[in-house]
Amino acid sequence: MTALTIYLPLDSAAVAMGADDLADALQVEADKRKLDLNIVRTGSRGMHWLEPLLEVEKGGERVGYGPVNDDDAASLLDALTGDGGHAKCVGPVQEIPFFKNQTRLIFARCGVVDPVSVSDYEAYGGNAGLGKALKMDADAICAAVMESGLRGRGGAGFPAGIKWKTVSEAQADQKYIVVNADEGDSGTFADRMIMEGDPFTLIEGMTIAGIAVGATQGYIYLRSEYPIAARVLNEAIANARKEGLLGDNIRGAGKAFDIEVFMGAGAYICGEETSLLNSLEGKRGEVRSKPPLPALEGLFGKPTLVHNVISLCSVPAILDKGAAFYRDYGMGKSTGTMPFQIAGNVKQGGLYETAFGVTLRELVEKVGGGTFTGKPIRAVQIGGPLGAYLPPRLFDLEMDYEAMAANGAGVGHGGVVVYDDSVDLSDQARYAFEFCVEESCGKCTPCRVGSVRGVETVDRIKAGVDRDKNLTVLNDLCELMVDGSLCAMGGMTPIPVLSAVKYFPEDFGIKPAKQAAE
Amino acid sequence: MTLANLIEPYVGRTGGLISALHEVQRVHGFLPEDTEAEAARAFNLTRAEVKGVISFYHDFKREPQGKTVVRLCAAEACQAAGGRDFIAAVEKKFALKMGETSASKDLTLEAVYCLGLCSCAPAAMVGDRLVGMADTGKIEKAVERAKKESAS
Ligand SMILES: Cc1cc2nc3c(=O)[nH]c(=O)nc-3n(C[C@H](O)[C@H](O)[C@H](O)COP(=O)(O)O)c2cc1C
Ligand code: SF4
Ligand code: FES
Repeated sequence: MTALTIYLPLDSAAVAMGADDLADALQVEADKRKLDLNIVRTGSRGMHWLEPLLEVEKGGERVGYGPVNDDDAASLLDALTGDGGHAKCVGPVQEIPFFKNQTRLIFARCGVVDPVSVSDYEAYGGNAGLGKALKMDADAICAAVMESGLRGRGGAGFPAGIKWKTVSEAQADQKYIVVNADEGDSGTFADRMIMEGDPFTLIEGMTIAGIAVGATQGYIYLRSEYPIAARVLNEAIANARKEGLLGDNIRGAGKAFDIEVFMGAGAYICGEETSLLNSLEGKRGEVRSKPPLPALEGLFGKPTLVHNVISLCSVPAILDKGAAFYRDYGMGKSTGTMPFQIAGNVKQGGLYETAFGVTLRELVEKVGGGTFTGKPIRAVQIGGPLGAYLPPRLFDLEMDYEAMAANGAGVGHGGVVVYDDSVDLSDQARYAFEFCVEESCGKCTPCRVGSVRGVETVDRIKAGVDRDKNLTVLNDLCELMVDGSLCAMGGMTPIPVLSAVKYFPEDFGIKPAKQAAE
Repeated sequence: MTLANLIEPYVGRTGGLISALHEVQRVHGFLPEDTEAEAARAFNLTRAEVKGVISFYHDFKREPQGKTVVRLCAAEACQAAGGRDFIAAVEKKFALKMGETSASKDLTLEAVYCLGLCSCAPAAMVGDRLVGMADTGKIEKAVERAKKESAS
C-alpha cells in the first residue's frame, strides 16, 4: 500500500471554507484507492483567501494547493500520487509573497506543526525560552521583558515589564496569570489562530510568566465563539501535563504551574480586564473601578498578571533570542512584531506578522491587494469597534502606537478592516453607538444612556433634521462619554464616531466648504 | 440528569456558576425555569444574584431556541463585505427577523458580533458548523445538513 502524508488546517477559517468536508472526501477517495492517507491537521498559515490550503512535503519544502474543496478530492489524490501537477497548485508555500515577506517570531510554527504535539513543538524550536527561564532567577526574567520593550497587545499598549515587576514584587499567598482570550474586536483573529495552530506557544509564555511573577495557577478566559480553540487548547494542556511541562515540577526544575481554560458567555465588555476578572469569578461582568490595579488586587483579590494572548506569545522568543534581538524589530517605543489582521472587503485577507513601522498602505494595498469587489478603498477601521475610521490620504501612517495616537487612532489588537467606496460612514457611526448600547455593562450613565442618544442623534443627522444643531449635540454627547465613562467602552466609542465625521463629513451632509473651514 | 446533577460538579470551581449554566444550556438548549433556584441553592447565592448573572450574558437563553440556530455576524468586517445585505437576504429567505424563532421551532436567527472569521466575511455559524464567505445558498445548505443530522 502506498502511503501519503498531507497537511490540512483545522483552523476555524479553513473549516469555515470547507476543510473538514475536504478531509472527509479525501479519506473516502483514499480508501477507494487503497491509499494509506495520513492527514495531519495543522493551524493556518494565515493566507485565508487560499483556504482550505492543503500542503504536502516535496524536496524538503511544503508545496501548497488552494483554495481546494471536497470536489477536488479525486484530482488532488491523482496529482499527489503522480507528479504533483494540479490547476490549484500554488507552489512552495514559503515563497508566496504574502508569506515570504513576513517576520514570524510569534507565528513561526503556526500552519507547520501538529498543534497538540509536544515533540513537533520542540522540533521546531519550542520551549527554548522556557528552558532558559528555568535557569534564570525571577528578577532576571522580568528584566528581560522590560528591556525587550514589549507592550500589551490587547489594545492599550501598556509596557509589559512594568506589570510583571508589580505582580512579582507583590506579597501574597497566591498569585494568578490570567490570559485575555476574549478577542471581541471585529477584524481580529490572531489570538484564535495561535490558540488553534500553536497553543504551546501560549502555554510556554504563561509558564514563563508564572515563574517570573511567582504565580502557580493560570487561567485562559476564552470567548465562547471559539469552540475549535477550546478543543485544541484543552488537548494541548493535557499533553503538556503528560510531558511534565505543567504541574508540580516543571521539567524537573522544582517549579509549579498549571492552566485551566474558562469559557466566557458572550459579552464584549468581558474583554476589559476587570470585567473579565468578575466574570472569571462567576459574576456579572461589570467593570471595576481602578485602583486597585489587577496587578495588586485582581482575581479573588490576589495579585494577577492579566495579558492578551499575543503579549504572552511574544515572550518565548524574547527569552530564547534575548531582549536586544526582540527590541531591534519595530520603531521608536513600538518594539518587536505585531500580527496584523487584514479583513473585510479585501482580496487577500489574513494574518501578516511584521515589525511595527509598516504603513497602512503597505498592509491594505500591497499585502491585502485592495478590495475583493475591485472598487477603490474608501476607508479602513483600525483597532476594532472602538478604533478610528481613516481615509486613504492617511494611509502613509506607520503602524506605531505613538504615530497612530497622534492622529486620533490606535493600533489596538492589530485589526485592519477594509471598506470599498460603497460604505456610508454615517451608517458606521450609527453602528458604533448601537454596539455600545448592546454591549455596555450599564454601570455609567454616559455610556449606557449616551449611546442610545447617539443612535437617535445620528439618525436625525442622516435624515437631515436640524443638521447643524444635531452635529453639535453629537459632539457634546461624545465629550460627555469621554469624560464620564469608567472604561474605554464608553470612553472610546466616540473615536469611530468622530473620526467618521471628521474624515468623511460628506456622509453626514456637511458641505465641503465647511470642511475646508474646519 | 436533574438540573442539580448538572450544576453540582461546578460548585467550588473558579467561575463555577457560569460553567454550570453553560452545561445546563448544552443539555437543554436553554435554561429551564428552575435553573435559577437550583443554581442559587447549589452556589449559596440569592435567586436575584443568579438572575443577574444570567441576564448579563448574551449566551444564556431563558426561552427554548429553534432546533437549528443560525448565527449571522453583524460586526464591522462582515458589514464591509456586504454583511448587511446578506443578513437582509437570509431574513427574507427564512421569513424571520434576527432574534426570532420560527413558529415550528425549527429555526432561530440570531446576531453574533464577530466569529473571528473576518478575513472570510461575511461569516455565520449554523448549529456548530462555521460558514465563511457566506451567502443565502450556503446557509440554506447548512440548515438542511443540520436538519438531517439531528434527524439521524
Ligand atoms: C471594552 C474593552 C474591551 C476589551 N477587549 C479586550 C479583548 O478582547 N482582548 C484583550 O486582550 N484585551 C481587551 N481589552 C483590554 C484589556 O482591558 C486589557 O488592557 C488587556 O487585557 C491587558 O493585556 P495586555 O497588556 O497584554 O494588552 C479591552 C478593553 C476594553 C475597555
Ligand atoms: S463605560 Fe460603559 S462599559 Fe465601561 S464601565 Fe461604564 S457603563 Fe460599563
Ligand atoms: S466581523 Fe464578522 S467574523 Fe469578525
